[in-house]
Amino acid sequence: MSDFVRDLEGSVMATHDRPNVHIAAGRDASPVVPGTPVMELQDVSVFYGTYEAVRGTTLPVRQHQITAMIGPSGCGKSTILRALNRMNDLIPGARVAGRITYHGQDIYARDVDPIQVRRHIGMVFQKPNPFPKSIYDNVAYGIRINKIKGNLDDMVEEALTGAALWDEVKDKLKTSGMALSGGQQQRLCIARTIAVQPDIILMDEPCSALDPIATGKIEDLMHELSRQYTIVIVTHNMQQAARVSHFTAFFTAEVDSAGVRHGRLVEFNDTGKLFTNPDDRRTEDYITGRFG
Amino acid sequence: MTVAVTPAPVDLTRAALSVRRRIVNRIATLAIALALLVALVPLALVTYTVVSKGLDVMSWRFLTDNIVNSPRRAGGGMWPAILGTLLITGTAALMAIPLGVFGAIYLNEYGKQKPLARVIRTMADVMTGVPSIVMGLFIYVTVVLAFNQSGLAGALALACLMLPVVIRSSEEMFRLVPDELRQASLALGARRWRTTVTVVLPAAISGITSGAMLAIARAAGETAPVVLVTAIVFRPEWNLLEPNTTLPQQIFNNASQPFAVANQRAWGAALTLIAIVLLATLIARFIASRYSIKER
Repeated sequence: MSDFVRDLEGSVMATHDRPNVHIAAGRDASPVVPGTPVMELQDVSVFYGTYEAVRGTTLPVRQHQITAMIGPSGCGKSTILRALNRMNDLIPGARVAGRITYHGQDIYARDVDPIQVRRHIGMVFQKPNPFPKSIYDNVAYGIRINKIKGNLDDMVEEALTGAALWDEVKDKLKTSGMALSGGQQQRLCIARTIAVQPDIILMDEPCSALDPIATGKIEDLMHELSRQYTIVIVTHNMQQAARVSHFTAFFTAEVDSAGVRHGRLVEFNDTGKLFTNPDDRRTEDYITGRFG
Repeated sequence: MTVAVTPAPVDLTRAALSVRRRIVNRIATLAIALALLVALVPLALVTYTVVSKGLDVMSWRFLTDNIVNSPRRAGGGMWPAILGTLLITGTAALMAIPLGVFGAIYLNEYGKQKPLARVIRTMADVMTGVPSIVMGLFIYVTVVLAFNQSGLAGALALACLMLPVVIRSSEEMFRLVPDELRQASLALGARRWRTTVTVVLPAAISGITSGAMLAIARAAGETAPVVLVTAIVFRPEWNLLEPNTTLPQQIFNNASQPFAVANQRAWGAALTLIAIVLLATLIARFIASRYSIKER
């Protein structure tokens, strides 16, 4: 076993040592049982026009757990993530085959409103993208458009506190969100997302534009958030997946007989198992660095 | 085993560059400076001539008196033409700018590459190139022949001229708004229209204002269609349904007379027109800066 895997083992242990206490969020009528699947993907393929970017993905997203998606560039992990809250709808020609259910309901059913889906399944993007508005208005935006009842000031403070940003910005709420540092901007985007009280938060390589210190803060924050939210994170960084996630899905890109590359799910497993004793040979090759 | 070698000292001074490179650099710098000067010469000359000649007749009475009935008489003012310019250009802007911005929203946020959007885009491009006199003839045939010459007909002609400019410049500004912002808004559960009004429009507003002001400035200076469809008056006319007059029309009329006093009035009207456009631009910039969202 390479040193790298041994390093990973250490961090996996750390992940599993932490107390697995989950606080039930009062806002949800359905009982919160950590680990039950809230979303299920059954044989999901995503097409861009006639090109099949990812084929045949089946995996569960478990409640109040962090699910990581890893794999080389072009393996379709971001594509699958964006299919989970119908962000692919915005790309002309994008189409999803198979079934994605959220609490048992097919989110691609004909009568489903994508706006409602996104209202419950929020997203944090790779590049921090605060609105060119004040910090306060950035967080208040989603609350206002969704007409969530309550004291706006309190809800903004709560969201910023939840994103571990309140202490840093409480004296300058009226300044522009664009004036913050990269890491602060990304936490502002997380605050903006949790302000609308979603059920699931999708994160598309949220730390790839950040320095290690800011990355550490976001990872700590994800631990905190997983008490109240279900998180799916796409990451290039295997150590990060090992550090933060409970479950990991490993994707890879395969070339079919016609010479076309397709993304494919290789293995979905408990994070500890996937990084120390993977079921699939290809997973082992990738995490030990034998695969390009 | 490699032995550490002290690297030879590198000459970093400009003298180390090849002679050819230094000469090319000097020539390019000079050429750019010269091009700037040449471009500034007409601008400076126009401004100087208009201001120096216009100031000869400029006075409070020039801005407030009625136009003299006979061009060979001295005196008289430009108030009816100032009022006409403001009314006609203002009405044209009120018609063309909202319509143009809505059109641009459709093109960039909804239509994108759909066939209808492509047709509209091409038509707007073609309309931008239509000479203003043709637009004047169009309004003459459709409006003036049916009713009569009026300020409103002039405003319609100017609005037709402004519309494609506003559509295309606004669309370019909407295109500059990063897609990440739209996605962020949509991911929070905002509808497309909401996203457009609360995120895209504020982010593009200063650029849209610049484009709209350019269109207004062009329209305010239009002469041919106005001469054709608004007729001419000598007293202030507040009713848009009656014939009216504008500053460019007065410049044209007075400048084409053989009398020195009339020519002087033309210079005065030209200075007034430039001042009005400048003032309108400053006001629009000020308003846009209050509504637009600041970086910090």
